[in-house]
Amino acid sequence: MPILRIRGLTHYFGGLRAVHDFHLDLEPGELVGIIGPNGAGKTTVFNLITGVYRPTEGEIFFNGHNLVGKRPDQIVSLGIARTFQTIRLFKELTVLDNVRIAHFARTRYGVMSAMFRLPQYVREEAEIRERALELLDLMGLLEQANWVASSLPYGLQRRLEIARALATEPRLLLLDEPAAGMNPGEIADLMELIQWIRRRFDLTILLIEHQMRVVMGICERIKVLDFGETIAEGTPAEIQSNPRVIEAYLGEEAIA
Amino acid sequence: MKRPSFSFLTPVLTPVRVAYASLPFSVRRWTMPILLVLFFVVALLSPSFINLYWQQVLIYVGINIILTASLNLVNGYMGEFSVGHAGFMAVGAYVASILTVWVFPRWGLEAYIAYLFPIALLVGGLAAGLTGLVIAFPSFRTRGDYLAIVTLAWNMIVKSVLENIDAIGGPRGFMGMQKLTSVAWVYVWVVFTIYLLRNLVYSNFGRGTLSIREDEIASSLVSVDTRKVKITVFVVAAFFAGIAGGLFAHIIQFINPRSFSILKSTDVLVMVYLGGISSLGGSILGATVYTVLLELLRPLQVWRWVVGPLLLVLLMIFRPRGIMGMQEWPFLIPREERAERVAALMERIRGRREAFAATAPVGGSSD
Repeated sequence: MPILRIRGLTHYFGGLRAVHDFHLDLEPGELVGIIGPNGAGKTTVFNLITGVYRPTEGEIFFNGHNLVGKRPDQIVSLGIARTFQTIRLFKELTVLDNVRIAHFARTRYGVMSAMFRLPQYVREEAEIRERALELLDLMGLLEQANWVASSLPYGLQRRLEIARALATEPRLLLLDEPAAGMNPGEIADLMELIQWIRRRFDLTILLIEHQMRVVMGICERIKVLDFGETIAEGTPAEIQSNPRVIEAYLGEEAIA
Repeated sequence: MKRPSFSFLTPVLTPVRVAYASLPFSVRRWTMPILLVLFFVVALLSPSFINLYWQQVLIYVGINIILTASLNLVNGYMGEFSVGHAGFMAVGAYVASILTVWVFPRWGLEAYIAYLFPIALLVGGLAAGLTGLVIAFPSFRTRGDYLAIVTLAWNMIVKSVLENIDAIGGPRGFMGMQKLTSVAWVYVWVVFTIYLLRNLVYSNFGRGTLSIREDEIASSLVSVDTRKVKITVFVVAAFFAGIAGGLFAHIIQFINPRSFSILKSTDVLVMVYLGGISSLGGSILGATVYTVLLELLRPLQVWRWVVGPLLLVLLMIFRPRGIMGMQEWPFLIPREERAERVAALMERIRGRREAFAATAPVGGSSD
């Protein structure tokens, strides 16, 4: 049974059709890529899945839960986490706090419990602190735990964003152009990291990426969008030889 | 959060710090409680050696600390712009006054009024919190400038409603309160407020609040229930404004709707931005400096009311984060959050990892 099931997803911004009739079935443990030229509607699909936008039409089911109409924080607590195309860390907060914030939905203590430091608060806070630091250790960010997030080098900021997403304990991870702005060395590290977290956290991953090296190198299946339409779908090898994909990326003359 | 730096004080402070740090931990852990008790005793005895005028100034400082710290929660930590804090103060002031002037005496409790005063304050605070809840729902459908307009309207509504209820004096005001607010009482409420707010700020709610200021969308996408956080923070801030209102009413012993106009809200805003956003230490500093400054400027007469708004404009342009923006005094940071504690925990985790190995591939080129 697919973990994520999208049927007939369509979204309009005013008169502009950003996504049209998008279908997707993600099996548990898969690593699937979405590619397409700028403005093809890739990030819109992520925003629809995570509840930032409400789709004009269509259904999104995650583990049997209908996601349409749910708030982002509810969707995240069901087990979907994401990163962003442009890094959206809490820049002025510490690395540790960035990760601790992601424990919000799983915290049980109330406001009163926090204000009066009742035992439940003290216990849960100690737990959160320890688990956040363990996760940072796992992701190789422990030494920087007390740094302000914006003072991290770019590559580590990307890594922290992934760590923050993992702290919500997702089943499905959505990565929006994780390799954007990275040099070839960093991209190689990133590919290794993505495959490592997939195994370590038993994740299903959906990935948007422009870097063909990343998509072709680690994705098992690829969907290609252009102007909101799905124009191709298949394994990396199939996609590379698909004339419609080449046309969308390189223009008509290239294949004429 | 970072510690503030007052570098010009370094030559004086460093030897003190070194001497203090050399004391054993079993001694140091009692510093705060002992200091607090000491100050409380001083506050209790203050009527015998501080003249009435400066006692009053001290009380205003305390009330303003409560107002500033609570508004800082909304405007500093959450990064919203609420300008109607005096409205909540008014609710607390009127409710507490009605209780001590009418309700308690009617129940034949006049003799115990000094002991019932905290209850009157709490009820006033709760009433203010309740109105905060009512305002929070429509307010947080909007953001930024719109929230400012909603809270501005709220402040004006409170003022005109109070002016039109004749039973509580209308525009003439309400009087008959005993002088129940003393330096010691204010001190107790200040410590109580700062303690509770500090605990809130260093909890998940506090971090959620900060994350809303940083990036609201990202915040909701790492599972923060932004609506719940906003409403909680707003209600808590309103509650403490109500407490401050009750204390205020029982020191000047006469309140009228004009005491809680937009000018009062502006004063609180100035103190928040002067002291520093997202800093309780800053709020204490801002409230103290501004209150004392206004007292020292008394010779300027009406002109001193220009100081507040002017200071606000200048601050927003030149120092939008205030004296201690985003920084905190070490004693206001909970023990388990202090750098050395976190470092010890990090050390333990590092040790455990060496026992199990297996961290993420780091790669040589990631920075």
